[in-house]
Amino acid sequence: MSAVLDHDGHGHDAHHDHPHGWRRWVYATNHKDIGTLYLLFALTMLMVGGVLALGIRAELFQPGLQLVNPELFNQLTTMHGIIMVFGAIMPAFVGFANWMLPLQIGASDMAFARMNNFSFWLMIPAALMLVGSFFMPGGAPAAGWTLYAPLTLQMGPSMDAGIFAMHILGASSIMGSINIIVTILNMRAPGMTLMKMPMFAWTWLITAYLLIAVMPVLAGAITMTLTDRHFGTSFFNPAGGGDPVMYQHIFWFFGHPEVYIMILPAFGIISQIVPAFARKKLFGYASMVYATASIAILSFIVWAHHMFATGMPVTGQLFFMYATMLISVPTGVKIFNWVATMWRGSMTFEGPMLWAVGFIFVFTMGGFTGLILSVAPIDIQLQDTYYVVAHFHYVLVAGSLFALFAGFYYWAPKWTGVMVPEWKGKLHFWWSLIAFNVTFFPMHFLGLAGMPRRYADYPMQFADYNAIASVGAFAFGFAQVYFIFFVLIPAMRGKGEPAPARPWDGAEGLEWEVPSPAPFHTFENPPKLDATATRVIG
Amino acid sequence: MSEFSGTRSSQFGRLRSALQAPRQVKSALFLAAAALSSAAWAVNDLPGGPAVRQHDLHPPVTKIAAAQQDLHYLMLYICVAIFIGVFGVMFYSIFKHRKSKGHKSADFHESTTVEIIWTVVPFLIVIGMALPATKVVVAQKDTTNADITIKAVGMQWKWGYEYITGEGEGIQFISTLDAGQRALSDAGKPEGDNYLLKVDNAMVVPVDKKVRIITTANDVIHSFMVPAFGIKQDAIPGFVRDTWFRAEKVGDYYGQCVELCGKEHAYMPIHVKVVSAEDYALWVEGKKKEMQAKADDPSKVWALPDLVARGEKVYNANCAACHQATGKGAGAIKALDGSPVVLDEDRAKQIAVLLNGQNNIMPAWKQLSDTEIAAVITYTKNNWSNKTGQVVQPAEVLAARK
Repeated sequence: MSAVLDHDGHGHDAHHDHPHGWRRWVYATNHKDIGTLYLLFALTMLMVGGVLALGIRAELFQPGLQLVNPELFNQLTTMHGIIMVFGAIMPAFVGFANWMLPLQIGASDMAFARMNNFSFWLMIPAALMLVGSFFMPGGAPAAGWTLYAPLTLQMGPSMDAGIFAMHILGASSIMGSINIIVTILNMRAPGMTLMKMPMFAWTWLITAYLLIAVMPVLAGAITMTLTDRHFGTSFFNPAGGGDPVMYQHIFWFFGHPEVYIMILPAFGIISQIVPAFARKKLFGYASMVYATASIAILSFIVWAHHMFATGMPVTGQLFFMYATMLISVPTGVKIFNWVATMWRGSMTFEGPMLWAVGFIFVFTMGGFTGLILSVAPIDIQLQDTYYVVAHFHYVLVAGSLFALFAGFYYWAPKWTGVMVPEWKGKLHFWWSLIAFNVTFFPMHFLGLAGMPRRYADYPMQFADYNAIASVGAFAFGFAQVYFIFFVLIPAMRGKGEPAPARPWDGAEGLEWEVPSPAPFHTFENPPKLDATATRVIG
Repeated sequence: MSEFSGTRSSQFGRLRSALQAPRQVKSALFLAAAALSSAAWAVNDLPGGPAVRQHDLHPPVTKIAAAQQDLHYLMLYICVAIFIGVFGVMFYSIFKHRKSKGHKSADFHESTTVEIIWTVVPFLIVIGMALPATKVVVAQKDTTNADITIKAVGMQWKWGYEYITGEGEGIQFISTLDAGQRALSDAGKPEGDNYLLKVDNAMVVPVDKKVRIITTANDVIHSFMVPAFGIKQDAIPGFVRDTWFRAEKVGDYYGQCVELCGKEHAYMPIHVKVVSAEDYALWVEGKKKEMQAKADDPSKVWALPDLVARGEKVYNANCAACHQATGKGAGAIKALDGSPVVLDEDRAKQIAVLLNGQNNIMPAWKQLSDTEIAAVITYTKNNWSNKTGQVVQPAEVLAARK
């Protein structure tokens, strides 16, 4: 129990061991504080992106234009996508990484504490620029979150602000990834070998490499867009001999690994929670690691399945179709391993486990629609329709976001020092699960019937399913408001039963070896670990 | 090609109709929805377009579309079967292996054999899915030996159709959303079964003939989709792509642009009329006569009122979407009313803007005829508060073209 002893040793200066007031946050170098900042930032952006989404759904509640004009509608869809991807989901996982990785591997902090601070605070001006773009002349960028050329050439000055913001967010992500890789590779406690690391650390290690590989590719694509717009180049501008399809190739070479960047850490979180509440070790730990790595490697050779409708040659279509279908194999292995972990366990269904089981169930539906979309002839029917919208919300909301909530309920006792009352997590879960499916399930039908995405108005035959989806969307939105006011804020204020150091009897890992809430400094001296690297022995 | 319609399709056809059988159940399910919205919308199924609360792909009218639908059913059934299998096991475990039921956890956590089995079996299933799909991919891309070739040009926000080879060669026209539809949309008062799908000039093709569609675009990327034919092909500026269909049933078929192309993205539908060979021959004859009558002689000298009247039509069809009927523009769109370029003594300035575009926002309009450009310039120079009295003749536009 060296962590506890450490804490006792520093107990005398508990009130002087960290700065207070605004300096604590602006000058933050503590991984836990920076983790908290990341998580609060991501939550704020989730709410901003959510309001934009509700704007979209309110307009689509009925056919005909009621609330917004088509220009604003396109801005809403574009900014909803950019803000959710770059502002909400990605920073939220980085927040989890900051909070949990040092605790999980027995390190005292992240490797580069000041760079950690910088990579967080860089995001603030970027976020302000993204949100502020709505108030620039001509409004926010309206070319879709994929920013396809040459439509981007027609955008107003806010496009440049958007590009700048994405550059900054990319730089922030790269710094965060370097930090995570160095921390994991260099700062593990003695005895914590790579193949004894918690799955969350493994998935983040692989994700960080993906980020470093592809964020510069995105930066390149949007820089070329910028020079096409202002400096007379013609990378993508067909009027000057440029190639708009090349933009799509470059974008999706970033964009497809990006999808896995947003889901691999989620797999990590689920792989921690399921064994904890099945009271049984994770089935096939090694195969989980290999499956994660295979998914990451395959993600680099499937990008053009986003482009079947651009008119690729037969061989190109076949290659990308086969490669994409192949991804379902390692993904399937993960699902089977989770089910095998539950099999003959001794399960309980507290908040975290409910969210995790919900994740597995609903994410798998998104996985299957992905497999269906990978078949090029079917994709010709479904590309750019609401089926695709349904698919990626099943994997990004029911996938990434549900896993984030699962992780929150799992680790909140460690963060806040109090237990979130059981019923609150359950209410949040069932409310979200039902509202989510009411929102997105009908979109499969709309897509099969051929309703194109990014449409401000639609033929009246699509009216009913759109109305259902809109009602579901608002219900889902209110579920998250409930989460903030009735779950998160009371927990942050320390209201509730005090949490013990090990609030979940089946949970393993070094984060449960320190008291709840985790003291400001942990593992200042490398702990001595037992053979499984899950307990501190002195 | 016959393999794409043969036995497999009828096999799935039965399952398909079985799925559609319990109508009452469905209508009960939608009672809640009906209370919300459909009661407010008097709308029926649109043959060849979407059906009310359609929850499946369009009824196929080509072999490719039928093959796509078969593939979709094949995939759907396999996925549902796996889903039920995997989650059957999971939920069995969830109900049986609970702590509250006193279940003690076992301690197995590894088995190389099992891992190999559930890697290899899905791999084989995936191969089983890929094989039939491969055949369809190859068939879809076979655009050779077309009877008729039509070039579909995407423009913000309309489609231009040019019949390039085959019967009807030389016909070309523009197809835009019917004028009244946009106003219905703006007013939030949609009506009609073909709301947002009604166009002024439909593409007309003969039944049972192989039609090759070549796509390209003038400004940004658009995408040409007709679900009943199973085709979707991006129209990319600077590039030429193609796809094909052989419609097997006479009728009207509808699609929409499916690649985000700017503010009027939702308002550039596609309407393809499939007619019998005789009707097609009649249409070609009529269309050619019409085109001859319309062809303007660029050397004709026009009087101001005639040109303004012609220009008003051109303006409403092409310019009003952005510059507005009032000529005031909006946002990044410049006003024409009181514009220095429009009022300028030097008529060549405005001609240059129309022919070449400006600032990446105003597109080039060189696809319009000399007479149309001359007419619309004259109209803007003599409408609203602009009272220049200037007349631009078609010959000046012709001379300004490079």
